Amino acid sequence: MKATTKLLATAAAAAISMAAMAGLPARADEEKVVRVYNWSDYIDEEVLKDFEKETGIKVVYDTFDSNEILETKLLAGKTGYDVVVPSAGFMSRQIQAGVFQKLDKAKLPNLKNMWDVVQKRTEVYDPGGAHSVNYMWGTTGIGYNVEAIKERMPDAPTDSWAMIFDPDVVSKFKDCGIHVLDAPAEIIPAALRYLGEDPDSKDPEKIKKAEELLMKVRPNIQKFHSSEYINALANGDICIAVGWSGDIFQARDRAAEAKKEFSVEYAIPKEGALMWFDMLAIPKDAPHPENAHKFIDYMMRPDVIAKASNYVFYANGNKASQELLEKEVMEDPAVYPSEEVLEKLYTTTAYEPKVQRVVTRAWTRVKTGQ
Amino acid sequence: MASSGTKPEKTGQGLFARILGSRAPVIAVPYLWLLLFFLAPFLIVLVISLGDIALAIPPFTFKGGIDLENYALLTQDALYWRSYFSSMQIAGLSTIITLLVGYPIAYGMARAPVQWRAALLMLVILPFWTSFLIRVYAWIGILKKEGLLNLALESIGMIDAPLTILNTNVAVYIGIVYSYLPFMVLPLYASLEKMDRSLLEAASDLGCHPLKAFWLITVPLSLPGIIAGCFLVFIPAVGEFVIPDLLGGSETLMIGKTLWVEFFSNRDWPLSSAVAVILLLVLVIPIVLFQRHQARLAERDG
Repeated sequence: MKATTKLLATAAAAAISMAAMAGLPARADEEKVVRVYNWSDYIDEEVLKDFEKETGIKVVYDTFDSNEILETKLLAGKTGYDVVVPSAGFMSRQIQAGVFQKLDKAKLPNLKNMWDVVQKRTEVYDPGGAHSVNYMWGTTGIGYNVEAIKERMPDAPTDSWAMIFDPDVVSKFKDCGIHVLDAPAEIIPAALRYLGEDPDSKDPEKIKKAEELLMKVRPNIQKFHSSEYINALANGDICIAVGWSGDIFQARDRAAEAKKEFSVEYAIPKEGALMWFDMLAIPKDAPHPENAHKFIDYMMRPDVIAKASNYVFYANGNKASQELLEKEVMEDPAVYPSEEVLEKLYTTTAYEPKVQRVVTRAWTRVKTGQ
Repeated sequence: MASSGTKPEKTGQGLFARILGSRAPVIAVPYLWLLLFFLAPFLIVLVISLGDIALAIPPFTFKGGIDLENYALLTQDALYWRSYFSSMQIAGLSTIITLLVGYPIAYGMARAPVQWRAALLMLVILPFWTSFLIRVYAWIGILKKEGLLNLALESIGMIDAPLTILNTNVAVYIGIVYSYLPFMVLPLYASLEKMDRSLLEAASDLGCHPLKAFWLITVPLSLPGIIAGCFLVFIPAVGEFVIPDLLGGSETLMIGKTLWVEFFSNRDWPLSSAVAVILLLVLVIPIVLFQRHQARLAERDG
């Protein structure tokens, strides 16, 4: 019933927004406000305060915790946000749907600071960087409880996807709890990579192969969820999580702060892992596009983005900021991987609606085991 | 409280109607409410369910024609009827457990000394003062591996290894029974409290065993409460999303979650609208039956 009400509410909101779609023309002199919609726990609040102090533009800051929630709002239209932060794969589809406006690069002088290594990879999603600039990037890998793993399998291949995809290995850890991201677009590519296939494959036959592999290991997996693993790993309720790098660093730090008897580590599997990018972009109907450009340009200042990265432990796409980063961020190979590992990281593109349906069906079967 | 509250309410309503001079405006208010917040959104969902998915704002189109294609898809894929069926099953079993737990509570309350009843009723309602979401979250802390329940059981030596309850269907049942218990207890209490106790005395005088008297007198007389309570638990439990999402495991298949996936992961608004329309129909049937029962009851009482 609750879900129905929620859906009804969203549908009603959509209808209202459709009626209001006429849109407001951008005003020449904007009020001094910028509305930002970003991932939760993803910024140093001081960065926002500094921006307000320097420009006199007030930042209204809201957060979300999944790409799906952001996308649903963007596709319903009229979000009222000036700057949003979708992941690149989702963003490329949203660009096709006509969600974002083109950036006015004359207003973004700090673009010169950006890192070509990251820019080259985000080109796939947004040719020429016409609509977006990178905020942070990271990898999807394996977080684990060092002591619990050692106890059950002293020679565990912690640096390999075999930890999850080899039935003989993964079954050893069934009793201590395994969580996997509830994100088919990240786990199916990982399974394909482990099988030696193209992780970005859109071929239903290949996706079927990934599904079969996942089906084999799923009895060992306790839950598919995209945020609970941070707490569960930090508290010792689970011993393995396939998750996002920065989230696992958070779990690692929380466990250390709580003086737990175990430690949490993160590994980028040697077979290669997904490299993902969260991008700053401006919706077409943003009420304050001028301020949005100012905000994005501010975030590309080396000192500002370095401060943000030092706080959230994610790598950024800003070359000039690298000398300002703290050592424990810059020199952590799990945050800034070596050239060699960087070579192995792969990117994926969005699925077409028809293939998306195949993927979701496969994923539901994997999750429910039927 | 519940039964004594009905009378002043009736006279209050009469007064309200008299002040306005006519019944029509009084009746119009709830109908207008339903029209605005139930029928209109429902029609929007119904219309969207006839369209096709599109990569646009909003993400659906009627260019491919208005048809029942999405409903046809619901019948072709086993996922959907499995979800509906599994939701009904979970909701049904939860309702039975809630009834078995709630009946003794309501019975005890109705038999308690009059001066206690208000306090007992308060205790049943008290959980509503804390957000539903926070209460479900609290169950994570109780049921997890290193949680309160496992620690308690281990410390008294009942178990050697922690039980895995969280992220299983058992946790979903616990969550639903806990969350919906007040909805079962309140109508049961209302009907049990109204019961004429001299009937039981008469049965006892005539040599009827108390258990038999309970079965032959108390249960039938509390039937309206049982039916009301069961509907109040079953209907929202079928579409429940939060409890299976937080407490359930990956194998927990419920229609609320299936709908979420269609809407958010697949961005398929037309198909998820079709799922919602069917869900509504599945739920409307028991509601209609319930309404009819209530009407019959009102006739008998009036």
